[in-house]
Amino acid sequence: MDKKGNKGYLDMELLRFTTAGSVDDGKSTLIGRLLYDSKAIFEDQMEAIERTSKKKGEETVNLALLTDGLRAEREQGITIDVAYRYFATPKRKFIIADTPGHVQYTRNMVTGASTANVALILVDARNGVIEQTLRHSFIASLLQIPHIIVCINKMDLVDYSEEKYENIRQQFMTFAPKLDINDIRFIPISALAGDNVVNKSENMGWYNGATLMYTLENMYIGSDQNHIDGRFPVQYVVRPQSTEFHDYRGYAGKIEGGIFNVGDEVTVLPSAISTKIKTIDFYTESLKNAAKPQSVTLTLENDIDISRGDMIVKKDNGPRISQEIDLMICWFNEKPLLSKGKYAIKHTSRDARCMIKNIVYKVNVNTLNKDYEDKTVAMNDIAKISIKTTVPLFYDPYRKNRNTGSIIIIDEGTNETVAAGMII
Amino acid sequence: MDNKIVINHLRELESESIHVVREVAAQFENPALLFSGGKDSIVMFHLARKAFHPAKVPFPLLHIDTGHNFEETIIFRDTLAKETGTELIVKYVQDTIDQGKVTEETGVNASRNLLQTTTLLDAIEDLKLDAAMGGGRRDEEKARAKERFFSHRDDFGQWDPKNQRPELWSLYNGKKNMGEHFRVFPISNWTEMDVWQYIYMENIKIPSLYFTHKRKVFKRDGAWLSIAPFMQLKDSEKVEELIVRCRTIGDITNTGLTLSKADNLEDIIEEIAAIRTTERGDRADDKRSEAAMEDRKKEGYF
Repeated sequence: MDKKGNKGYLDMELLRFTTAGSVDDGKSTLIGRLLYDSKAIFEDQMEAIERTSKKKGEETVNLALLTDGLRAEREQGITIDVAYRYFATPKRKFIIADTPGHVQYTRNMVTGASTANVALILVDARNGVIEQTLRHSFIASLLQIPHIIVCINKMDLVDYSEEKYENIRQQFMTFAPKLDINDIRFIPISALAGDNVVNKSENMGWYNGATLMYTLENMYIGSDQNHIDGRFPVQYVVRPQSTEFHDYRGYAGKIEGGIFNVGDEVTVLPSAISTKIKTIDFYTESLKNAAKPQSVTLTLENDIDISRGDMIVKKDNGPRISQEIDLMICWFNEKPLLSKGKYAIKHTSRDARCMIKNIVYKVNVNTLNKDYEDKTVAMNDIAKISIKTTVPLFYDPYRKNRNTGSIIIIDEGTNETVAAGMII
Repeated sequence: MDNKIVINHLRELESESIHVVREVAAQFENPALLFSGGKDSIVMFHLARKAFHPAKVPFPLLHIDTGHNFEETIIFRDTLAKETGTELIVKYVQDTIDQGKVTEETGVNASRNLLQTTTLLDAIEDLKLDAAMGGGRRDEEKARAKERFFSHRDDFGQWDPKNQRPELWSLYNGKKNMGEHFRVFPISNWTEMDVWQYIYMENIKIPSLYFTHKRKVFKRDGAWLSIAPFMQLKDSEKVEELIVRCRTIGDITNTGLTLSKADNLEDIIEEIAAIRTTERGDRADDKRSEAAMEDRKKEGYF
């Protein structure tokens, strides 16, 4: 028997992408097609949604039923929450964070975008660039998703017109300079008819680019991670206290930036004491080096007092250290942000508290205009604020490192996560 | 960078899961790992061992035992705990029934699946657990696709799917009030295929039930079920001896068997790659209604 198929996965990369959209822009159809054509929809799932579609009196199979997992979503025919979907091709494994597109779900879009390498932005070819397109692109930019693919959908409804496609592309490019994203691509598709999704369209000979699936499978994501600045937040101290490992003291954590090698000179924060990496342990293996995003255990040459929340960094390449922090936030909670309020925060493996010092401005997510007057930050609002923290944070600007540059804000009364923050 | 390190998708998923497992150990006082002896919980335990090596896993395994088990699973469970020196706590659904807290279902399709929830919630209260980790995956079922890594439960053990905490980057909020707890799903982002490929890559031992064997079975509602002393057969149901294996392992009363000759992991992976039905498609517990899983989860099910 040919075992080649089993080994192929050793070269497979993981790509996370997000899709934002509303009921009628074809998002569910597109996801359904990607899943269906990559055989990630199974017969029993298909039968189940066929039954439900029929029961609801719908003419065609409603692929949205696949992603709407909660009873309330199915009953109301809307996507409320982020749903995660999975499919794989021989080249990559994909995780889709499927989020609703309306303005009242900005927080869900932000959540889905936080871990994505790629954002798919859907534009209805009949309507061109609309307010929602701008909002979705802004969120992708704010969350620093490295790549945007603008899918100009429903090309079948505009006679596969190159002129329409070009106009929309131009429209998008006029506001692209406002976005902080280097890689923006455009693909004319019809999710319903299948043009340029998995198979190259026969209706758009004028389009020389790749299909969506080809793009997702082949786009280079190797430089999405920060491989320069070594950052290792200590998550847990491993002390076996067994006879065999009597003196073992390992620092467990996930590398959040750069590459660490055995013998590297490192500095431990906040003590600022320097030492060298003795070993990089991973279960029974001893590694020569490890990079983001590996979870490993480091041992050091010298005995230093290190605990959870500390950070091991490359010597002479430290993060910023401060208690005064400016950040962009997206507010998640029904209870608005309290100016001068006190909140708990989480940053890497560090817990702290903070006080809201200043609300600088709010962003109108539809026009991208800044509002310096209205200081009410309510659910789904995006704002720039300044905070003061109880202990110094060891951080990088979010633009440089999405993991050491992000925090969550927690209401100390309800314990709910009330905001996501991107440090400037 | 010259010394580029290529990390494949399994290693990236593994790293994410180990990070979550360590967060649980760091953020909670008294966590436990729910362990059924199925492949997902075996992978979970393997990840936990990797997370803390060379120290022992700093939390116990907890098995909610319905009594309707495949015998092989129980032997496997006990051997694994013994060999690795891990504490194993078993709580029995039978005890919950004897205490009069739940009533055994009757009829041919009787299952103890729902009754487990009460035993589990009692165990969480008795053992004062503040976090229970499980091997649930988002690809298993549509209600599970909405689940967080850190999933908050109120003091009744209930899940409120419409009011979940947003979860961003790899920052997990495990803050809670007295009496509340968390369910944590470190392998949320794995698919069935990922689990099998990982078992193969890491050479993880699994119960023999997953490999082909001869077994006395009968057909009910389109699924092959194993005969067992506590299973009632309808008159029309005939016992046959067939070559089968388990694709998932749950209670013997509702685990559908696959007709298969796969006797090694490579063949299992090929079989999974070609199969066109979901893993839980043969699980009678999910077939009860479209929202069966969501309803059970709200009440505190796994």
